[in-house]
Amino acid sequence: MIAYILRRLLFVIPIALGVSIVCFALVYIAPGDPLNTLLPEDASAETIAMVKKAYGFDKPIPVQYFIWLGKVLTGDFGNSIASGRAVTDDLFKALGNTILLAGGAVVVAFSLAFVMGLVAGYHSGGPVDRAVTGIAVIGVSIPNYWLGIVLVIIFAVELNVLPATGMGPRGSDTFNFWEWDHFRHLLMPMLTLSMIPIGIITRTTRAAVAEVLNQDFVETLRAKGLGEREILVHVIKNALPQVLAVMGLQFGYLMGGSILVETIFTWPGTGFLLNKAILTRDLPVLQGTILVLAMIFVATNLVIDLLQTMVDPRLKRS
Amino acid sequence: MTDTGTPPLVRLQDLNVKFVTRESTVSAVNDVNLTLKAGEVLCIIGESGSGKSVSMRALMRLLPERRARITGTVEVDGKDVLSLKGKELSDLRGGLVSMIFQEPMTALDPVYTVGHQIAETVRRHEGCTYDQGMERALELLELVKVPSAERRLRAFPHELSGGLRQRAMIAMALSCRPKLLLADEPTTALDATVQIQVLILLRKIQAEMGMGVIFVTHDLGVAAEIADRVAVMYAGRIVETGTVQEVLGNPKHPYTQGMLSSTVHGNMRGKDIEAIPGSPPDLRAMPPGCAFAPRCKYAEAACTTALPPEVIFDAGRMARCIKVAPDSVRQKELVPAE
Repeated sequence: MIAYILRRLLFVIPIALGVSIVCFALVYIAPGDPLNTLLPEDASAETIAMVKKAYGFDKPIPVQYFIWLGKVLTGDFGNSIASGRAVTDDLFKALGNTILLAGGAVVVAFSLAFVMGLVAGYHSGGPVDRAVTGIAVIGVSIPNYWLGIVLVIIFAVELNVLPATGMGPRGSDTFNFWEWDHFRHLLMPMLTLSMIPIGIITRTTRAAVAEVLNQDFVETLRAKGLGEREILVHVIKNALPQVLAVMGLQFGYLMGGSILVETIFTWPGTGFLLNKAILTRDLPVLQGTILVLAMIFVATNLVIDLLQTMVDPRLKRS
Repeated sequence: MTDTGTPPLVRLQDLNVKFVTRESTVSAVNDVNLTLKAGEVLCIIGESGSGKSVSMRALMRLLPERRARITGTVEVDGKDVLSLKGKELSDLRGGLVSMIFQEPMTALDPVYTVGHQIAETVRRHEGCTYDQGMERALELLELVKVPSAERRLRAFPHELSGGLRQRAMIAMALSCRPKLLLADEPTTALDATVQIQVLILLRKIQAEMGMGVIFVTHDLGVAAEIADRVAVMYAGRIVETGTVQEVLGNPKHPYTQGMLSSTVHGNMRGKDIEAIPGSPPDLRAMPPGCAFAPRCKYAEAACTTALPPEVIFDAGRMARCIKVAPDSVRQKELVPAE
């Protein structure tokens, strides 16, 4: 198993390098020049050349990549063009906020979806199954930005029970999970964010459980005299690899993909940061944020892969 | 079929199994009567869909409760299986009665080791610790002649060959010393050479442990190898029973005769195999008379009007066909057509 883990870790290196190249290159492929926002429109050619030189934009792109990569490996993502602050500081603060939000959504969505999927899978074809599948379809079908806005209208505007934006009272930029005044800011974005994962994971769990229950070995377990609870353990362990795969993907999306939701609720996470950076063409921020999110995605996949192999030894072969 | 003295290990009386769906009702097993003495090996022979496996599963109540309607009497070791509730039923399963399935590939849980799956059964029925269960699992794997058993204990099913997997399955079935072993085509999915090994092993263990065995197969050679008695099933009914010599050596029922003549012998090269024409009836709409009549070369008008009676020749020797009913033989009451 240890050898297997090491081998999987080795595989991550080329993936990580590839991801870093894509991150770096994407920003150049995208239209728009970061200097446009920085310099006045009538800047002279010398000024432009000077600023280019100062940011290192005058060197060939491959050289720029290696310089950037070298710095990134030491934890230096450069300075934001828009604010001048170190990207690392902003990035990790935003990341902390996103982990809070995504983590909350993960706990809510994964546990709820797993239980619902399990129950539906056990009663597949029955009324419970149809109700749960209905909820799941609604979950995946509703665009989360729309749901976010509707929630704001209901709970913030009409009922005035939950705050519409921010992560704490009076524009606080720190968050205390254990304080209701802070925690209530988390509720709506967390709920909004968990809808799609609830739908997707419920459906996957349901399908996996129903499929496992149809397999011959379940009859063997019954024939051995095991009780329903012991059989349930077998069923869950067999369904788990499939469910884990989807959970991993959803976790990755939640970590990086909440641009819309974070923007609606002005939650100062990575999505919000990315949105700002895109609008100002803030290259170092964009590159750094995308790279870190992509790495989180890669790491999540690695962890899921390893967990899957621990649950189902057949996967180790491939 | 009356045997005085010790009560039979298994008694099936008028066993009927119907699968009810919204569209149709399938009569999978119809009025099956069977007895099995302790320590006896009974082979149920029949083609696919003749109700062999369903009868087996009815014996352990493994059929889906929502769709399968089981009626009649199922008694194992004096217990009325059809009236057992929750815990009593699962005590019976794997304890008193255990089962070996056809596909060793899919009948074992792929994500647990073989040892765990055996130990789990032992722990369930004998209330011992997991480690004691594992020790017993090792003994069992050695009993069923799994080479380097200690290593195989920690192997997952996919790491074993089909033959070894079936041996592990047998070890699991034997783990709590059942009085009755149900084997549902346990050798069908195996290579011919492995088949023989597994059969010999089963026969040997059966004799050592004195278990009653009901062995379901569609392979007459397998039946000849292992059975004391044979019951032939067709379209959910038992059409002939007797000792293995009687049934395979002197078949009474045209279906049994047809089946025997459609097997391949050594000196048949170049000749056509004599197959039974036609196909089994639709179990959703059974014909009123003998289910085999449409395919039977001896069929006459009376065959299609009423169900033929069970013609009893000796204790345990029966054929359900009007052609074999000589006047001198005592007839069971005529069963009216449904």
